[in-house]
Amino acid sequence: MLVLLIAILAVGGLAAWYGERAGPDAPRWIALAAISLVGLLLLPYFGPAVSPTDGAWLSEIYATWIPRFGVGFHLALDGLSLALAVLTVLLGAAAVAASWTEIRDRVGFFHCNLLWTLAGVLGVFLAMDLFLFFVFWEAMIVPMALLIAIWGHEDRTAAAMKFFLFTQLSGLLMLLAMIGLVLLHHRNTGIFTFDYPVLLNAELDGDVARWLMLGFFVAFAVKLPAVPFHTWLPDAHTQAPTGGSVLLAGVLLKTGAYGLLRFVLPLFPEAAAAFAPVAQGLGVASILYGGWLAFGQDDMKRLIAYTSISHMGFVLVGVFAWNEQGIDGAVMTMLAHGISASALFMLAGGLQERIHTRDMRRMGRLWADVPRMGAIALFFSVAALGLPGLGNFVGEFLVLQGGYLVSPVITAIAALGLVVAPVYSLVLMQRVFQGTCLEPHRLSDCGGRELAAFGVLMLATLWLGLYPLPALTVAKWATAPVVELSYSGEDPPP
Amino acid sequence: MSAAAIGSAELTALLPIVTLGTTAVVVLLWIAFRRNHAEAVWLTLGGLSATLLALAPAAGTGPRDVTGLLRIDGYALFFIALFCLAAIIVVLLARDYLRERAEQPEEFYLLLLTSLLGASVLAASTHFASFFLGLETLSISLFPLIAYATRDARALEAATKYLVLSGVASGFLLFGMALVYAETGSLAFGGTAPAATAVLQAGAVLILVGVGFKLSFFPFHLWTADVYQGAPAPVTALLATVSKGAVFAVLLRYGVDAPLARLPMSETVLGTLAGASMLIGNLAALAQHNLKRLLAYSSIAHMGYLLLAVIAMQRIGPALAAETLGFYLAAYTLTTLAAFGVMTAMSPADREAEEIGDYAGLFWTRPAIALLLTLSLLSLAGIPLTAGFIGKFYLFIAASHAALWPLLGLFVVGSGLGLYYYLRVIFRMAASVGEGTAPGPSGALQVSLGTEAALAFLGLSIAVLGLLPASLIDFLAAEALR
Repeated sequence: MLVLLIAILAVGGLAAWYGERAGPDAPRWIALAAISLVGLLLLPYFGPAVSPTDGAWLSEIYATWIPRFGVGFHLALDGLSLALAVLTVLLGAAAVAASWTEIRDRVGFFHCNLLWTLAGVLGVFLAMDLFLFFVFWEAMIVPMALLIAIWGHEDRTAAAMKFFLFTQLSGLLMLLAMIGLVLLHHRNTGIFTFDYPVLLNAELDGDVARWLMLGFFVAFAVKLPAVPFHTWLPDAHTQAPTGGSVLLAGVLLKTGAYGLLRFVLPLFPEAAAAFAPVAQGLGVASILYGGWLAFGQDDMKRLIAYTSISHMGFVLVGVFAWNEQGIDGAVMTMLAHGISASALFMLAGGLQERIHTRDMRRMGRLWADVPRMGAIALFFSVAALGLPGLGNFVGEFLVLQGGYLVSPVITAIAALGLVVAPVYSLVLMQRVFQGTCLEPHRLSDCGGRELAAFGVLMLATLWLGLYPLPALTVAKWATAPVVELSYSGEDPPP
Repeated sequence: MSAAAIGSAELTALLPIVTLGTTAVVVLLWIAFRRNHAEAVWLTLGGLSATLLALAPAAGTGPRDVTGLLRIDGYALFFIALFCLAAIIVVLLARDYLRERAEQPEEFYLLLLTSLLGASVLAASTHFASFFLGLETLSISLFPLIAYATRDARALEAATKYLVLSGVASGFLLFGMALVYAETGSLAFGGTAPAATAVLQAGAVLILVGVGFKLSFFPFHLWTADVYQGAPAPVTALLATVSKGAVFAVLLRYGVDAPLARLPMSETVLGTLAGASMLIGNLAALAQHNLKRLLAYSSIAHMGYLLLAVIAMQRIGPALAAETLGFYLAAYTLTTLAAFGVMTAMSPADREAEEIGDYAGLFWTRPAIALLLTLSLLSLAGIPLTAGFIGKFYLFIAASHAALWPLLGLFVVGSGLGLYYYLRVIFRMAASVGEGTAPGPSGALQVSLGTEAALAFLGLSIAVLGLLPASLIDFLAAEALR
């Protein structure tokens, strides 16, 4: 069943590539069909019948792969994976919709890469074998880099290269840390295994654990991205086609946060607890620095990219607060930011398609021409700035609440992010849709396809904001054991 | 030890090498009487297949010392099989390549067979005499191969350069062997000396220098780029895979058998060579615009990575090191053959498609070829789902096991640099047609079914080894050096 999820996307990619011969729209429909099919297959897991007992998987598959090193093809689904898989499907469909008119060349290969990226991401969320995780982790970079390098904007090759190099190099550090962990486990027990549940019980002494934890942390911090590892993100986002930006902001960044929750905390609880203040410090730095830089951008996509860094800082703070509220908040922020940032990138892409620039100095007063787009932008901007009633608010509020229990000082500084966010969000609205009209444009407003895509994302944001309990409950199936881990010592981490 | 006696079991063990030698003689006689390109090709292919078949009975005799010069064991047979496979692919590539360019292409296959004979002897060698004989048979066959089939001055220059430097390297090697013999009184690898005297150490270092030339470690790498560029693409493929693989195979065996390879000094020397090769090779490759030169410098880096296995061997034992070497070399051989195979298939009759600009937009003009080259470059870069990744994974395991942290750090840095220039080629292929400087080479060579089959096989095997490496890994684990 889980294999099927990934296989559908992978095979769908090939089919989309070949489907190009049937006409330029065929790959789009094939991609949509594959994504929807995966979405349908995920639905049954939400049934009340399967809400699991503590720590059990919703679904699992294991096959030996490389017995020499105890590598298994181990996929498993729990609440966290499920929530993120649904996000992946939703935003995958949004990415296809966003590319509907923008991509005119090599449509087949575009959708092939898009689906393969989704397959890789889904694999990352499902893999419960460290080796397999790494394979998916790296495999999703290749099609994503091609998306940027082939269909991107003016400076695409450099951006794709930077993206690839950052991710791959940090990934190699993670691979080294994985191998170190496995060899240690082998030395202690005589068993070679890359299996995640087994390695959870590996005994490590503090010094080694710290180095191994850092190997994992760097890889995930690059992907998140946290200051000072963030410099690839603005370039990649700015140059990527809209569909690529949606995937990057919506899903790929979440793999970093997912990795922190799945691997760094559970595998190295003590080392991670000792490291928590540093990580939270990086998170706060990301919140403020990202927000600050966002404010200074003239390029609309670049602005949104920097806001992503800012919001991901909240995730970092929440994860390393390491209590129920903090982690719930981090998960909520992941979901809500995935949706709102993707929507903003779709808007920026839509505008670029219409007026051929992302430069906000050449926009202004667009509300007069495209009121629907303006309204949508307003909705997602206020979502991003944390308006109560929308998903992002819930996430950030919980993060701050969780953070306060651990470190009031860090939380107080992080809360400044809530001041910065309205500034850049409203500046975006002001410069693009209000103000004076600097250049006359003649544009057409959103059509039905775009409205539908945005409508779904708006509904999801509203739902997460008004009634967050279901999503949190699902994620909690998985995160509750992680939270417990932090209290297994005598004190909560300082 | 009556190692000199040869009975039927020994002959069976030698069967692959004997078959190779016989094929060489048959081809030699055949082309003396009948000059026919197709017949020479078929004879060679037949002989290579027969050699592959002869591996089974040879394996049945178990690990066996033959005459004190050779040891036929799983390790040796694995490499002989790998070399034969590579040679078959080179034959298929060369057939198309030579048809247009050489007036008398038949001797090419003869030289190929003798070089293969040398490589096979090297893989089984346990004695300085067979070491040297194998190495010289291999090298002397390569000189004319490099200058074969073209009146291009560059090829002659490359062959001369290789001849001279190879001769110097052999001189170092021989002198080193002589010094070691003076101290140990034995030419077998396992010869022992009462003390690690200065003469013995000097001998050991000189041997490493000789080997370093052949494997083009920094600072002995200066010939590599010119020879890679000057030689015909199929010969470069042979040079990059069989020649380097054979020398590596004997280097590891020497390291395992010879106590003097375990002098603490050796580890320092080898570590320096490895680290410097990784860095210098990758840095030099960054500046290349010629795909052949790029691959030459990247091969320097890859040889540096692979040296980690030999260094780690002293700490983790021969079994894991031999596995690592076997897998990495198999992956590297297939990958490199694929890259040079693409180059051969892309080359028009009057020149070779060696500039990166020749590949601009290849994704849109010849997608299958572009996909193969992409796969090959990703495998060289060690991206998952390719054979190269598993090789790199193996090296990571071996080196972490041996706690070679500084060298692993350099490995990671080198991989990053390497990725940059591999990706540059890939992104160039993905560029729109007309965006690059030069249009793709027009009138590319007529590619025959044989080349197509060879390329398809290479692409498949790179992917299969990357996806399902378990069977090869299990085989290597069972047959590795003890």
